Amino acid sequence: MPSFTSLDLQVLLPQIVLVAWACALLLVVVFNKDLEPGTVPFLTLLGLLATGVFVLFQIGLEAEGFGGMLVVDGFSTFIDLLLILGGLLTVALSYGYLQRMNLARGEYYALLLFSISGMMLMASAGDLILVFLALELLSIPLYVLAAFARPEARSEEAGMKYFLLGAFASSFLLYGVALVYGATGSTSFTAIVAAVAGGLAHPLYLVLGAGLILVGLGFKVAAVPFHMWTPDVYQGAPTSVTAFMALGAKTAGFAALLRTFLVILPSISEQITPVLLWVTIATLIAGNLLAIAQNNVKRMLAYSSISHAGFILMAVVAYGSDAARFDVVASSLFYLLAFAFASFGSWAVVMALEQREGRGLEFSDYAGLGRKHRGLAIAMAVFMLSFTGVPPTLGFAGKFFLFRSVLEGGFVGLAIVGMLASLISAYYYLRLVVVMFMQDGEPQVVRETWLNLTAMASAVATVLLFVFSEPLFGWAAQAVIKLF
Amino acid sequence: MDFIFEPLNLVTFFPLLGVLALLFLKGRHDLARWVALGTSLITFGISLRVLSLFDSSNPALQMVINRDWIQVAGWNIKYALGIDGLSVLLVLLTTFLAPISILSTWHAVEDRVRDFMLFFLLLEVGMVGVFLAQDLFLFYIFWEFTLVPMYFLIGIWGGDRRMYAAIKFFLYTMAGSILMLLAILWLGINQGTFYLPDLVAQGGIPGDVQYWLFLAFAAAFAIKVPMWPLHSWLPDAHVQAPTAGSVILAGVLLKMGTYGFLRFNLPLFPQATVQLAPAIATLAVIGIIYGAIVSYSQKDVKKLVAYSSISHLGFVMLGLFALNAQGVEGAILQMVNHGISTGALFLIVGFIYERRHTRELEEFGGLWQVMPIYAAVTLIVSLSSMGLPGLNGFVGEFTILLGAWGAGQAGGALGSVWYTAIAAIGVILAAVYILYMFQAMFLGPLTKKANEKLKDLTWRELAVIVPLLALIFWIGLYPKPFFDLMHPTVEQFLTIFQSPTLALH
Repeated sequence: MPSFTSLDLQVLLPQIVLVAWACALLLVVVFNKDLEPGTVPFLTLLGLLATGVFVLFQIGLEAEGFGGMLVVDGFSTFIDLLLILGGLLTVALSYGYLQRMNLARGEYYALLLFSISGMMLMASAGDLILVFLALELLSIPLYVLAAFARPEARSEEAGMKYFLLGAFASSFLLYGVALVYGATGSTSFTAIVAAVAGGLAHPLYLVLGAGLILVGLGFKVAAVPFHMWTPDVYQGAPTSVTAFMALGAKTAGFAALLRTFLVILPSISEQITPVLLWVTIATLIAGNLLAIAQNNVKRMLAYSSISHAGFILMAVVAYGSDAARFDVVASSLFYLLAFAFASFGSWAVVMALEQREGRGLEFSDYAGLGRKHRGLAIAMAVFMLSFTGVPPTLGFAGKFFLFRSVLEGGFVGLAIVGMLASLISAYYYLRLVVVMFMQDGEPQVVRETWLNLTAMASAVATVLLFVFSEPLFGWAAQAVIKLF
Repeated sequence: MDFIFEPLNLVTFFPLLGVLALLFLKGRHDLARWVALGTSLITFGISLRVLSLFDSSNPALQMVINRDWIQVAGWNIKYALGIDGLSVLLVLLTTFLAPISILSTWHAVEDRVRDFMLFFLLLEVGMVGVFLAQDLFLFYIFWEFTLVPMYFLIGIWGGDRRMYAAIKFFLYTMAGSILMLLAILWLGINQGTFYLPDLVAQGGIPGDVQYWLFLAFAAAFAIKVPMWPLHSWLPDAHVQAPTAGSVILAGVLLKMGTYGFLRFNLPLFPQATVQLAPAIATLAVIGIIYGAIVSYSQKDVKKLVAYSSISHLGFVMLGLFALNAQGVEGAILQMVNHGISTGALFLIVGFIYERRHTRELEEFGGLWQVMPIYAAVTLIVSLSSMGLPGLNGFVGEFTILLGAWGAGQAGGALGSVWYTAIAAIGVILAAVYILYMFQAMFLGPLTKKANEKLKDLTWRELAVIVPLLALIFWIGLYPKPFFDLMHPTVEQFLTIFQSPTLALH
């Protein structure tokens, strides 16, 4: 029976704080029926900040706890902080929105915290079993949150769909884990690496297992052909949940993907890379082409989110190349960061225009925004340009850094496909800008401080942080994954 | 602080001050106009200061700012600006045309003036940056950024089909730039730096790779120029853009393409340049003839002027790829000339459009009788555009033809004088379409009733056009100061093509 050391505690502390806080929050909500509407969101913010402080203490730490189950390194700290930033922004977006949509129920925030703790665990998992558990911990609250607008049919549908397909994907992942276990005799990363290095791993089972793990995680990051749920769930879920999901689930999925592939699967990159390559190309092309046809902004952003998964996957494809290896992690993380700002900002604008019962979400509802609400429209234009990758935005820097990994890995053809995908994406992003600025209309906009603040701050960050890409990229480059 | 007050930083980013002011400024339209005009005039002043600091006898880059920017994880990206004989005239042209364009919008833009001025000043930042950037990453930022404000200028304040034109402009140009971006990345990864002077000095790019990189860069630049057959975005963008947008589009944005060839393709890929010079020159000559013929067949004055740009820039391309001093110097001067003459022509079209709200040639005729000053101004500009001796167009085109002739001799870059011979036909064709336009608008009897009450140019309009006329005469009669500015740089620049490994045909 392994004993419990202080290092274990240190490694797990942020999660403990977060989960304890979430439980406490749940109790607070149950026993105090008539809280001020702002109390629970405020407490949630505090909880996230407290967790963030404990994560900050982990900076520079590189350790493993619980016999290698849980790994803390630069990579996990980066992801944790990104997730906490995402959590904070989600709370800011949710506060007014939930009241307006009549959804303000306390358990929303507790579920949010539970989900974040699952995502953080994903980034730290040093054992395939933990990857699976973390995936469930992050997913189950998300299923509930997606259906939070119950009894609205579309939201219920979203929850149900997400749940069914999610369960399906989880079972793929689990099957993959089982096969890897069968191939190597263990689920712990350390033991798997040792088994592979010692030539003890069964090659066929290992490859099959890795493929199935890719399916499970590909579902979370919404890679084609595992993306079918995305548009419906994004559209049906309450928009604040969608905003959270767009960043959170993607970040967690990529965190697990990067760690699993870089740590335990470099030896079979020869077999896995072609699969990854085709998944990536399919994601890039399908995501962007389908986005063109959308007239609902939420759906368009859903497909856009698929296409961004494709862009990050481009870097992951190069994971097997020695030259590109560390760049892969750094550029993926930077891209996620760039995506985070533009994503939350654009969801904030969507929420400012959204009306009850899913109205106010069509492209045509944005007509005239540039004239009537200049600030919001300019912010949205900045996000669209950042998504497209036009300088001077973080999105451009993200793509630039990303494409280096791809070229370093020697995938020139893939880089050209990625460039073409960017070009296609320019069309639908610009279409929204055209509607906002070049058509006349009477957009219905809710004036709400937190939404405006999030949109403006994200827009300023998207442009201004571009100038300071160096420290940001430097930070991402230090976020290396601990190898065994 | 010293960093901010570096002359090249100031001239690039000063318009941002105006942008900031416009963002927070509320109130009457006039104020926005004055802020923008003031900002652009001060920027022009700063560029004159840069000119006074510029030592024209020194062929090297001057006033260089070279700071580390992104130096982590194997990146070697610098923030580098510099000016030399290749770019100094183009920077001046940009800062000179900006206040003129702004002044020309005084009554033409009444809707969302503040936003218009904001985008216009942003555009100026991008354009000046393109001509000054010495790091490929930085260059790409400015290059791609110019798309954004121009897209808004066309899309919001343009004509009836403005949205179509704006998106087409954006996508077309972006299609070229992304290929260049990949080539830039390739250079950065394999040569270890994005800093242009280092890349040029280092050389050593294998010949077959040079070929591909040349084509990737050329994709971006050729679309911008635009070279035949990649020109189809241009008529739409030009015709739909508001007058000030057309002036800047023709005057400066197109030059970014030709400048790009000169600044990047030639020195970075000399071997591929020599290899491909005849091909490019062929396209240039086709463009000269094609642009002229299509111009002649237009019924809309603005379209006529737009197509004439294709023809004029064909001359510039021919001069550049003559790869000798006369050709390149003529090309640079012709870039400036085209900016002045075609800019002026678009202004002239704008003047009449504001009065009559039509640009159909059929709607005019006999305007000389009602608007004599306007007619005289148009005549001068038209003659300059068709290359009459004594005016600026002649100097540029003639020098280019001389250069191309030289390059057509044995041992020259082109290897055949046919390029020059056919291009010379283009000069004649230019006279045909320009005079056709002038005749249709100004000569003959005054047939349309609506034209009888037209007012001649106002003082504001004269203030817009007279500086351009002055330059037309100055360059036409005494071009020496302009050549002096670029000559030492061009001489030194061309030495890369004299190395024995690059045996010309």
